[in-house]
Amino acid sequence: MFMLGPIGFTAPLLLWALAALPVLWLLLRAVPPAPIRRRFPGVVLLLGLSDDENQTDTTPWWLLLLRILAVAAVIVGFAGPVLNPQDERSGSGPVLIFVDGTWADARDWSRRIDRIDAALEEAARDARPVAVVQATDLPDGGLPFQAAEAWRARLAGLKPTPWMPDARTIVEWAEGLEGGFDTFWMSGGVDYPGRRELLATFEASGNLRVFESPRPAYALRPAEFADGAISLTALRARTGDGAEVGLVATGLDPAGVERDLARANAAFAPGEAEARVEMVLPPELRNRITRFSVAGVRSAGAVSLTDDSLKRREVALIAGRDDREGLQLLSPLFYLDKALAPTADLIDGTLADIILASPDVIVLADVATLAGAEAQELEGWVEDGGLLLRFAGPRLAASDVSRAEEDPLMPVRLRAGGRSVGGAMSWGEPKALRPFAETSPFFGLDVPDDVRVSAQVMAQPDPQLAERSIAALTDGTPLVTRKRLGEGQVVLFHVTANAEWSTLPLSGLFVQMLERLAVSTRPARPAAADLAGTTWVAEAVLNGFGEIEDAGRLSGVPGERLADARPSADLPPGLYAGEDRRLALNVIGPDTELAASAWPARIPVEGLAVTRETALKGALLTLALILLAADILASLWLSGRLRSAKAGLAAVLALGLILPVEARAQSGADDELALRATSEVVLAHVVTGDARVDQVAEAGLRGLSDKLFQRTSIEPAAPIGVNLETDELSFFPFLYWPVTANQPLPSPDAYAKLNRYLRTGGMILFDTRDADVARFGGGSPEGRKLQAIARPLDVPPLEPVPSDHVLTRTFYLLQDFPGRHASRDVWVEAAPPDAVRAEGMPFRDLNDGVTPVVIGGNDWAAAWAVDPQGAAMFPVGRGYAGERQREIAYRFGVNLVMHVLTGNYKSDQVHVPALLDRLGQ
Amino acid sequence: MSHPAALRSRAEALAAPLPPLMADAEHLASTVLLGEHGRRRSGTGDEFWQYRPAHAGDEARMIDWRRSGRSDAHFVREKEWQAAQSVLLWVDDAASMGFSGARDHPTKAERARVLAMAVAVLLMRGGERVGLSGMGLPPRSGPLQLLRLAEALSAEREAPDYGAPETRGMPPHSRALFVSDFLGDLAPVEAALAKAADRGVKGAILQVLDPAEEAFPFDGRTIFESMGGSMVHETLKAGDLRDRYLDRLAARKARLDHLARTTGWHYHCHHTGDSAQGALLWLFRALERVR
Repeated sequence: MFMLGPIGFTAPLLLWALAALPVLWLLLRAVPPAPIRRRFPGVVLLLGLSDDENQTDTTPWWLLLLRILAVAAVIVGFAGPVLNPQDERSGSGPVLIFVDGTWADARDWSRRIDRIDAALEEAARDARPVAVVQATDLPDGGLPFQAAEAWRARLAGLKPTPWMPDARTIVEWAEGLEGGFDTFWMSGGVDYPGRRELLATFEASGNLRVFESPRPAYALRPAEFADGAISLTALRARTGDGAEVGLVATGLDPAGVERDLARANAAFAPGEAEARVEMVLPPELRNRITRFSVAGVRSAGAVSLTDDSLKRREVALIAGRDDREGLQLLSPLFYLDKALAPTADLIDGTLADIILASPDVIVLADVATLAGAEAQELEGWVEDGGLLLRFAGPRLAASDVSRAEEDPLMPVRLRAGGRSVGGAMSWGEPKALRPFAETSPFFGLDVPDDVRVSAQVMAQPDPQLAERSIAALTDGTPLVTRKRLGEGQVVLFHVTANAEWSTLPLSGLFVQMLERLAVSTRPARPAAADLAGTTWVAEAVLNGFGEIEDAGRLSGVPGERLADARPSADLPPGLYAGEDRRLALNVIGPDTELAASAWPARIPVEGLAVTRETALKGALLTLALILLAADILASLWLSGRLRSAKAGLAAVLALGLILPVEARAQSGADDELALRATSEVVLAHVVTGDARVDQVAEAGLRGLSDKLFQRTSIEPAAPIGVNLETDELSFFPFLYWPVTANQPLPSPDAYAKLNRYLRTGGMILFDTRDADVARFGGGSPEGRKLQAIARPLDVPPLEPVPSDHVLTRTFYLLQDFPGRHASRDVWVEAAPPDAVRAEGMPFRDLNDGVTPVVIGGNDWAAAWAVDPQGAAMFPVGRGYAGERQREIAYRFGVNLVMHVLTGNYKSDQVHVPALLDRLGQ
Repeated sequence: MSHPAALRSRAEALAAPLPPLMADAEHLASTVLLGEHGRRRSGTGDEFWQYRPAHAGDEARMIDWRRSGRSDAHFVREKEWQAAQSVLLWVDDAASMGFSGARDHPTKAERARVLAMAVAVLLMRGGERVGLSGMGLPPRSGPLQLLRLAEALSAEREAPDYGAPETRGMPPHSRALFVSDFLGDLAPVEAALAKAADRGVKGAILQVLDPAEEAFPFDGRTIFESMGGSMVHETLKAGDLRDRYLDRLAARKARLDHLARTTGWHYHCHHTGDSAQGALLWLFRALERVR
């Protein structure tokens, strides 16, 4: 093969064609670009005009260069260039490719597969038979030598296993090998028993090449929980410089989505193989964790599943005598607190809050009665799977709870008073406990001799009492009773939770009983003896990459093997469920050590990197295509055919420049309106689109503003017309809305704005301007329009202004609300039906706030309207009576604006004496 | 007897070009308000002019009995004389008019036809008679004439590369409107204008050009052909010709303007890229001024 530096050519003779390039240069140079033919009537005017210069009849040099390069790339491409051609071929005879295939290999499994593939390719070229063997999955009998191509097809099926090879099997297999073969050993980098024997066998059979990744293998030990913190230990196989790995706790978030719940960094000190880190998490978070893993490492060893031992139950303690300043040892909760604190998370608070927090267990110590709502909520909580644990006490004994009929939150009916035995005033001795029956959850617990019960509450003998009783005294009276309620249960200890009535809380039995009731959790991992005879079923299993898979139909596993904690092919690591708890079996046990695989100095260890032949033909031909495409564009540009594209580009750029400017102008106008509307009080009217009506409305509000300015402390600025579609309404306290028969209905957006405006305290004065001739029957066109406009509005129930409405006395004392017309019917928000007039008061105690709408038809704007000189624009009524009506109209306007701005201030009863005085009562 | 469906489809195909042209022209014409243009003397017309005492010789049916009943004398009701003017249109239908420089512009011919039709609509509303010069459509008035005009203007026919104005059938002292791109030989135009001036015919010249013809936005090696293909010019660098082309175009416009001025006509240059209304308003004023 012809070599040029690192590049070889398969068809070097073709390179002679490069010599023809200069000829091509001359040829191409002589051909000018093809002309465009255009139809153009103005050609008459062009006749006789000649070109100044003959510049473009040859192709420009850079275009020539482009074309020459493209041709050169084609020539060189077809000459078959190859980067890093591989020439070395060595050896003959069968090859064994031995893969460790443990979880430690999983971290760079794809590179391993690539390397095996390269080795297979090499073997295929030399026609050597190959056997691929995985240490964790040894073939029966001899080595399965086959053609390399057959193995390549099966390579994708090769997967790392989440367990280590079994030492005994390995040694036996190695001893059984015979015949000469060369060996490629893909080592996982982690030592395992039996490896030494393997090495000896392989070296004896032929050449041995070892491949190992220099990246360290990381692993994670199961998490331990102590003193409120989770302790995690990360391991590494190869000690060396200091390093830091991230540890991630993964679990379901409240929405049920799996995500990382916490992270911590574990730092390896130089030369150390272990790194510890502690995580402190709130119990809600901690109970959700399903596994820990080393961040960024894809391996079963770097994943540690958690089981019930990490979970801690949340227990809420509530006592009936919290308010009593008693001695601490007499507190009903003291012993419970002591018993539960090491193994459960305790919550306190009021019952209502606690139910919201949804704890696993609620303990009621001597709580007799519950408020109705609380009892109902508690019952719901129990039915959803909660465990309610009750203790008796003096209060329960004295109360009537569950006396005549069974309380849902009590397991049995109680007899009045309870009993005490062995006291100063009674016969007999304090009673001991009877051994637990087989049906009791406490079965198997030893009953200490010194537990004595001196007082208890007594259960009524009922048909179900026998089945509900789970612990009894020697004389057969029930001590602990239990009842299923929905998915949960209610348990009653017939004694107190402190040592007043019995010595039970003082004994170790108390803690064990709580444990059996699943109030507290058991200490970590059960011993082999505990597991003997039990059967466990896998719920989820880990694969070699540390991914959790569905267990499918794996058969049950005896507890003894699980206690052994050694994952293997028939006991894959994962989560195993037993009768009442789950156990995690992890790749790395609590005391697993990692050791790096050691190789004798005589064996060179190669990395996994593969140098491969790279054919450059495709790349060069692609380059030639790209150059030719560029040539097309350049030719088009030269002949002036790219013009329209350029114009389009310019248009796009121009558009980009113009748009932001417009947007800015728009926001500027908004700001101006906001400043005008908010720097002073401004009355506003709705723009109806009818120029005359809008003009009158504007003039009317101007007249009203003038009157307000003269007579009151309100000093409004010039009124503003508001466009409902575009303008912000929240700046205006008051909107005047003249209704015309042909105005358009507001858009849904505008309605949303109007409703927000009404809810947040704005007021709209609707004026149908028809003297209300139709009495709101919808007879007049304006009335019908008003109905159409108001239908989507959030308007409360209305009533005609009552005589004691606050509108009648916010500034002037009024009973009529005329405008240009003097109809009486003006409608406002209805008073609440329960508003009553107190004795001696002239007014009812009416609703707070401002009526959101005032509806009438008196054409107030026309009565208020003034021209720029301040003269009234429209006549009202006749003569003096008319002027009086206009004055009342102004007074109504003043009252209205006062009502808008001061709310129900005048409704306040504080002012009643002054108002009474003025009313002459 | 042919099948009704086939007959109908043929009829519709025949009618298809007419409505859009009419509609466009009517739409354009509706933007101009007609003023009063009576003759300020009695004669035939629709508008009332005056009552005069009846002379001998007036027919009895001419007497306005309502007016006469209010006095002893008899009166005749006279109307204002509204004289109709003949206006002749010449719209260039040469191949060069079929040019459009951009996809969103109409061709020059389309614009010229719409403008001519719109003027015709306006003039008819004003009571004038409108016809086409030299095409066998003498000036008449009435909506039927409008339909005939539209039909004649929409007709497709073989045409030379560049057109020349037609002056045949032009009554003396009438009005005329020439619409063309005037890119062809100017000698026939001169001759036509001279002949028109001799007959006392006044009118307007509307030159319709495409924006591409004004801007000459070409570059690179190009072969220019006339629309019919009879004239060809090849250049290696079209961009270099732009200035000289524009000079020649300006000279041609100036010549047309001068010609119009010397014969008492009006000249205007309209671009198809602009709104047609501007041109219509100018045309309306120009033809009114002559009146």
